[in-house]
Amino acid sequence: MSSSRLGRLLPWVGAPLLIVVLCTIWEVSVRAFDVSTLILPPPSLIAERLGELVQDPEVWSHAWITASEIIMGFLLAVVLGVLVGVVLGKVAWLEMTVRPIIVLLQVVPKVAFVPLFVIWFGFGMSSKVIIAAMLAFFPIMLNVLLGVKSIDPGHRDVMTALNAGKMQRFTNLDFRSVMPYLLAGMETGIVFAVIGAIVGEYLGGNEGLGYMVVRTLNQLDAPGLFGVVVLLAVLGLVLYGAVFILKRFLIPWHESVYAQQGNVA
Amino acid sequence: MVQTSPAGVRSDAPTPENNPPEAAPATFSIKSVSKVFATKTQRTEALQDINLDISEGETVSLIGRSGCGKSTLLRIMAGLLPPTEGNVYVSGKPLWKGHAVESGVLEQLGVVFQEPHLFPWFDITDNIALPLKLRGVGKAERRRRATELADLVGLGDFLKSYPRELSGGMRQRVAIARALSRDPELLLMDEPFGALDALTREKMNLELQRITLATEATVVFVTHDISEAVFIGDRVVQLTPRPGRIQSIVEVGLDRPRPLDVQATEAFGSTVRDLRHALESEES
Repeated sequence: MSSSRLGRLLPWVGAPLLIVVLCTIWEVSVRAFDVSTLILPPPSLIAERLGELVQDPEVWSHAWITASEIIMGFLLAVVLGVLVGVVLGKVAWLEMTVRPIIVLLQVVPKVAFVPLFVIWFGFGMSSKVIIAAMLAFFPIMLNVLLGVKSIDPGHRDVMTALNAGKMQRFTNLDFRSVMPYLLAGMETGIVFAVIGAIVGEYLGGNEGLGYMVVRTLNQLDAPGLFGVVVLLAVLGLVLYGAVFILKRFLIPWHESVYAQQGNVA
Repeated sequence: MVQTSPAGVRSDAPTPENNPPEAAPATFSIKSVSKVFATKTQRTEALQDINLDISEGETVSLIGRSGCGKSTLLRIMAGLLPPTEGNVYVSGKPLWKGHAVESGVLEQLGVVFQEPHLFPWFDITDNIALPLKLRGVGKAERRRRATELADLVGLGDFLKSYPRELSGGMRQRVAIARALSRDPELLLMDEPFGALDALTREKMNLELQRITLATEATVVFVTHDISEAVFIGDRVVQLTPRPGRIQSIVEVGLDRPRPLDVQATEAFGSTVRDLRHALESEES
């Protein structure tokens, strides 16, 4: 009982404590060995710079642009991933035809296409949205495809024996059965969408947090660079957290959620 | 009291000619059902000319070694697998129309599979009431009926639980309650307790007897366990493999409700013995 309560508290108490300890070591060693702030600024300086960044409305507008790119790209990936995943999962011959191409696209580092997308879709937000969508699409589509093919034949028999209609099958079986797979794909997908949008911003354009990374680098503002990275981490965390909460809300019955709530399976 | 017909001769299986489906008094009849599984290289005759009449309120056990086609026969009766020839009639109405199922007839059946196949995303109430939901029954009525059935199968305290929180035996009882929720005229069970341990299985057999007596359901019970078949059934139908045919039909002359101790009586023992001999004689 007490050990399980400790287990539940550990991530909330232990992890922040560890971060504080590591930052202290960082701060002390940077000062002790007199490291140039250009190479490795101390956490106190980063915190100070971060404070300035947070108060700057321009930073917020950059953050908002990056967030919108990620969210739009991610939603596009969810819609397309579900559509393609369901179609390929239902039509066996189509899946067999497309499978080698999917494997090929999986193996190719998709980030290599980013400059091409900048050429095609310009330096504005649309190229970043498309890059984010492309990266997030694959994990979502592949998980949905797997989910559609993993619907239990026994459950199908139950629905057939119960004389269920097509729509009833979908709402009571197919949809709910695929949901955990879709959410697993979305968990990976949102992380990929963040990467896609930021890499896109590195390479082209003059807005977004990714652009700010490049700008602070060019200004040799290392504390600022770290500050922007912290903001990006927070943004990624918030978006990942949103998907995570969605999962708890949509599939409370599933093992992955059930176990996290401290239940014994 | 116990009649065993000689192997290969069906004592009380009527032929379609002298017993047309319209006039059949039986709730359920299987008429000249055959099933052939054909692949490019092989043609397997899984069932050959099966005829069987089951009267209202009767419990029939279907036994045979694995691969004798008993599950195939049950799937044909459950509307899951079309027969190659012949048909299945519920109160005189044909279940199969070529490869399609007559949905009005299908509605009268309840099926329990080897595995419970509960839906993990529904709690016990919703699992039991799923057949009613598919029929468009309202939420309050569904809840009322689910509570009633959960009590019947002894799971009244678990209405809000999820399948994962129940043991194997409890899950199978939920599956039985689900099959009963539409008040089926015929309950089809395919080795429902096969995955359970011996003690749980005996308890479930008693439970099933109580439930079938309470609901006056007609039951077809598939099993490969001879004593289970005798304990459950009013009649035991024995199938032989390749091709699957009815080898013998044995009347079990034991009164209901049958206590577990009935298994120690001479009448029970001799029925089991006769069936075992019949099964063993297949090998020659």
